[in-house]
Amino acid sequence: MNTTLVKQNWYKRNEIAITPWLFLVPGLIMFAIYVVFPIFQSFRISLFKWDGLGSLATHGEYIGMANYEKLLTRDRSFNISLWNNLKWLVFYLASIPAGLFIALFLNQTVRGIRLYKSLFFFPFVISQIVVGLVFTWFYDPQYGLFNGIIGFVGFKPLNVLGDPTLSTYGVIAAGLWPQTAYCMILYLTGLNSLDPEQTEAARLDGAKGIRMLWHVILPQLRPATFIAFVVTVIGSLRSFDLISIMTNGGPFGSSRVLSFYMFEKSLSEYGFKMGYGAAIAVILFLIMMVFIGYFLWRMYQDEKATNG
Amino acid sequence: MRSILKATAVSLATLVALAGPASAELTGNLKINLDTSNPAPRATMEALIAKFQAAHPALNITTNVIDREAYKTQIRNFLSADAPDVLTWYAANRMRPYVEAGLLEDVSDMWADGTDIANELASTKGALTVDGKQWGVPYTYYQWGIYYRKDIYEELGLSEPANFDDMLSNCEAMIASGRKCYTIGNKWLWTGAGWFDYINLRTNGFNFHMQMAAGEIEWTDPRVRETFANWGKLIRMGAFIDDNQNKDWQQSLPFIIDGSAGAILMGNFAVSPLREGGLTDDQLDFHQFPAITAGVAMAEDAPTDTFHIAANAKNKDNARAFLAYIVSADAQTEMNNGANLGQLPVNSKASVDDDKFLNKGFEMLSSNSPGGVAQFFDRDFPAEMAQAAMEGFQEFMIYPDNLDDILDRIEGVRKEVY
Repeated sequence: MNTTLVKQNWYKRNEIAITPWLFLVPGLIMFAIYVVFPIFQSFRISLFKWDGLGSLATHGEYIGMANYEKLLTRDRSFNISLWNNLKWLVFYLASIPAGLFIALFLNQTVRGIRLYKSLFFFPFVISQIVVGLVFTWFYDPQYGLFNGIIGFVGFKPLNVLGDPTLSTYGVIAAGLWPQTAYCMILYLTGLNSLDPEQTEAARLDGAKGIRMLWHVILPQLRPATFIAFVVTVIGSLRSFDLISIMTNGGPFGSSRVLSFYMFEKSLSEYGFKMGYGAAIAVILFLIMMVFIGYFLWRMYQDEKATNG
Repeated sequence: MRSILKATAVSLATLVALAGPASAELTGNLKINLDTSNPAPRATMEALIAKFQAAHPALNITTNVIDREAYKTQIRNFLSADAPDVLTWYAANRMRPYVEAGLLEDVSDMWADGTDIANELASTKGALTVDGKQWGVPYTYYQWGIYYRKDIYEELGLSEPANFDDMLSNCEAMIASGRKCYTIGNKWLWTGAGWFDYINLRTNGFNFHMQMAAGEIEWTDPRVRETFANWGKLIRMGAFIDDNQNKDWQQSLPFIIDGSAGAILMGNFAVSPLREGGLTDDQLDFHQFPAITAGVAMAEDAPTDTFHIAANAKNKDNARAFLAYIVSADAQTEMNNGANLGQLPVNSKASVDDDKFLNKGFEMLSSNSPGGVAQFFDRDFPAEMAQAAMEGFQEFMIYPDNLDDILDRIEGVRKEVY
């Protein structure tokens, strides 16, 4: 009896400190099992030569940093994948201004605007696989709409997905379609929460058009821009399904990115190099960590500022 | 239709029950994973399993049919995590990783000297042997070769090529008539590997090809370059359809159906979609890939598809009974006939269905392939080697001038794989 009283008291005394942790525990356990543990596991596997069949302990051969050494010095496919990741990163960002533009365009009250908004949002709702298929047909060198259009303007037909110099851009363009829709929806919600008084005041001061957008609207949309930036960067590094469905990494491996290359080396039809794949995954993880670290730092700074 | 099917199934079942050996009644479970997801093979397998079920009514059979392409990546998961008793796969190097990881059951006992299997399936024993033991049984194989538009050849006054010069001159005539010689869809890489297999087998012979598969020959070797030089002649003259690097093989078929290409190098499984596309047996014909280097014995690709038992299977006795059933002459005759798989039975006592292409293929493989029979590029060569080389083939077919770079790259992989 006495002890329970003491216990209760101890809990009561520390309630404020402990309760948040109690709420966090389920999430932390999940996070540890499904995120933190696999990260270390990947790193460990990346030090082995292992075909992914049978257990690591009996079938794996410890080779230290040899996988990394080969990746960074002798693997041309890895270089191509890394460059393609960079292209994705840069060109995918185009979805942010595009999304902003469409959001501004749709942010008006006319009859049926909800329908237009849903139509613009549509590509984000349908599966990436479907987007990939649609664009594959669009680019088809014989029957595709794309060659019809550029032929009409007077250009020679192009085999976008079959040309090693163009294939990556072709896939990125397909990826921009849903991503633009995503950025658009972020900006639309941002535009809803604009302060009408500020706009009104600016208008009285004679601000219009671009100046209004740049100096009054955009600063208020900063939170939306930040989120759009985060999801676009992460999305570009995660690009996989479009590549898999549209080009399968080809032609001759020219449209691979790191995530696809990792899959190909470790898990695909001919991929039996689990250790090598894990090394690619670790490098991709480190690249992502740079961005994620930056985002977390930014958010931390913002929070510090708002909390005084 | 349904009742007819049912009736045939029942009558066949009784047939099997009567003809089959009076084996002990099987009980318990049997879990089968199949990659036969295309409509005809799927129906064939399901009918065969239904017959086995009818012969063993107390057996509880579960069948999973998995998409053929997806199966190739799922196999490693289900073999270790959720093992079926019986599964389909491919012979030779394609099964080696799983054998070495101890995931497939050693079935050498079924192949012991004097057994029916040893006698009737001797032709494929080598393809199923790793480390002196056998790891599965074959159920079907099929020929590769050139399927061509006989009507177009006749219109242009061409005949089946007897050697490489004929092949090239035929092709010139074909191009002069505004057509392409060969259609190919090389997005998934293996179709180009078929061309490499044949040109290499004809240029350098079966033994050389197998030495390459074993990693004993450098890819920059002058003999290998000669293979590519021959292939390059066809590519540079515009023999192949354009943009083949991003078509799959099904997408390449319309070109031969509408006559804008004269022929295709493919396995016998292409016959059924070509017939469905509207080509009659008068229009479509088959010939063996012609000789290139005089004196090199003809050798063919004839991939064998197989059944295996998982090492982690729970009902191995039932699984062995099923394997014995699937290799029996009756079952193989039935499943390979033109209405079902439309391929060749491995069992020497099974009969080949009376189909134009099956007859030609069977005759070619049994009497006109003295050099040897290969499985296929990606089954004979180790996985990583195959992947890198096939990517090189795909590039070579579009940019034949990149050959040196391609061969250096493949050679780099060879040094690491073996």
